[in-house]
Amino acid sequence: MADLVPLLKAEHLTMRFGGVVANDDITFTLQEMELRCLIGPNGAGKSTFFKTLTGQLVPTSGTIAFRGMPIAGKASHEIARMGIGIKTQVPNVFNGLSVRENIWMAVRRKATPRQQGPAVNAVLEMIRLTDYADSIVATLSHGQRQWVEIGMVLAAEPELILLDEPAAGMTDEETFHTAAIIREINQTRAIVVVEHDMEFIKQIAKRVTVFHQGRVLVEDTVDKVLADQRVRDVYLGKKVAA
Amino acid sequence: MDKRLRLALQAAGTVVAIGVIAIMPSVIELFGLMQLTLFAAMSVLALSLAFIWGFGGILSFGQTAFFGLGGYAYAIAAVNFQDSTPAILLAIVVPALFAAILGYFIFFGRISDVYLGVITLTVTLILFNSVNSTSGDAYKIGKALLGGFNGMPAVPTFNMPFDPSTVLSPEQSWWTTAYVLLGVFLLLRLLLALPAGRIIVAVRENEVRASLLGYDPRLVKCLTFILGGAIAGLAGALYVNWGAFVSPTIFSLSLSAEIIIWITVGGLGTLLGPIIGCVVIEYIVAYIGSQQLLNSNLVLGGVLVVFVLLLPKGIFPTARDLVMRLVPQTKPKANGPSVPSAAAPHPAGAE
Repeated sequence: MADLVPLLKAEHLTMRFGGVVANDDITFTLQEMELRCLIGPNGAGKSTFFKTLTGQLVPTSGTIAFRGMPIAGKASHEIARMGIGIKTQVPNVFNGLSVRENIWMAVRRKATPRQQGPAVNAVLEMIRLTDYADSIVATLSHGQRQWVEIGMVLAAEPELILLDEPAAGMTDEETFHTAAIIREINQTRAIVVVEHDMEFIKQIAKRVTVFHQGRVLVEDTVDKVLADQRVRDVYLGKKVAA
Repeated sequence: MDKRLRLALQAAGTVVAIGVIAIMPSVIELFGLMQLTLFAAMSVLALSLAFIWGFGGILSFGQTAFFGLGGYAYAIAAVNFQDSTPAILLAIVVPALFAAILGYFIFFGRISDVYLGVITLTVTLILFNSVNSTSGDAYKIGKALLGGFNGMPAVPTFNMPFDPSTVLSPEQSWWTTAYVLLGVFLLLRLLLALPAGRIIVAVRENEVRASLLGYDPRLVKCLTFILGGAIAGLAGALYVNWGAFVSPTIFSLSLSAEIIIWITVGGLGTLLGPIIGCVVIEYIVAYIGSQQLLNSNLVLGGVLVVFVLLLPKGIFPTARDLVMRLVPQTKPKANGPSVPSAAAPHPAGAE
């Protein structure tokens, strides 16, 4: 397909840790503006996949192209500058700094000094932490720190946003708000979300990719995936049984 | 504390410091002034590690490597040029270049924090032993004999810029050293208030997040390390100026350890604390050295243990927290309702 270069294309991606194969020959394509959910039981290789996409891990073999440019093996900061932002599974925030400074760190790469103040305030408004702007991030709740990290990812205005369990540790109301924000930012950019919360997935998903034991098990619309017997067996079945 | 009040306090403190430094020679006698000059030179060294450790998160066990290189660079250049002006510049540039090379391999080689400590420690030992074994006429750079363990005596002290015939008096040396200390302090304060300084602190807080936002932590840490090396080198020149003498003991491990004690006692993550720690500890060591009752290393060890156990934050942050606890009862009224009630419950961000 020469007419359209996909936003992200990973081909035959394999990541081994010693004898453990965390990602096994994964091929994954994401179009511009797409909203994709990744699901799969613990240990399916979702977070590892995200780490190879963002340069935190160098894949054992395979290629990753971002708008046709190879990125596998590049340093994290180079990939970030190309326009991939990630919220990691364990919140990665600047704990000793204030919420405002956290957001500012993300804003200042793109905004001129004059734009920075308003841009930070806009993000604070969106993540509903305006009242906590001068609080030290370490003093906030887990959910609020998740927001700080999501805020930083949004503030950097990446072309592709990767969210690893954005709703973890959030109340139902907060989760709902997260879903609303994700739909809103999807108006202008592509997003990949890893999530366990099925209600959340139903709120946002269009297409879903299911990982299982380091491989892609199914990839289809949300309704078809949730109806798929294999998916129920490996993932939903367990959850229902538990 | 709100920003304007803090800025006013800092400005007032600076003015007071300028005044105190200016009148010091007319207040105390020469011996005391010489001692204060030494403390001021050592405080510059304390600031160099206070900056890279407290704000950059880089614990160098061998900050004396740069201190010693600065001292030797100054001494060798001063003997050769018979003018301290280029010698002082070399005392900054040579350690900075050395820090750049060392930092490049440490940070771009992705060496972990533990090994960073080991490497800096080892480099200091290597320098000590190398310089130690340079006795004899064969080891000379230009006109400067390195002198091995005996060091280099009669190093020309500071003169007026580009005027070698006018050598600074002890009073002028005090002013130079103390104002350099104040200058370095203010420069670091300014840097930390600028975006570059915020990035340095952010990298200390979370390297992974910084790199995922597009900052290169390796570069940031390397530059921080270089600046620390340059400041330590300048401290070396000030030290040699104080004693007109330099020997390999300037690279000693005990001094390297002492800097860490100054900072631990004074307060990690501040700039003022390490200066206080340096002066207090150096004063105690000098005092103990003048009597026979106690061994100074024993006392130093005891002081460190007491601080780590009882005042882990150090003198300055503890004192500041105490003041903050007493003051806020009156503060909120003055600030009015504009201060959000959700502000940090305790002043953890003060670093």
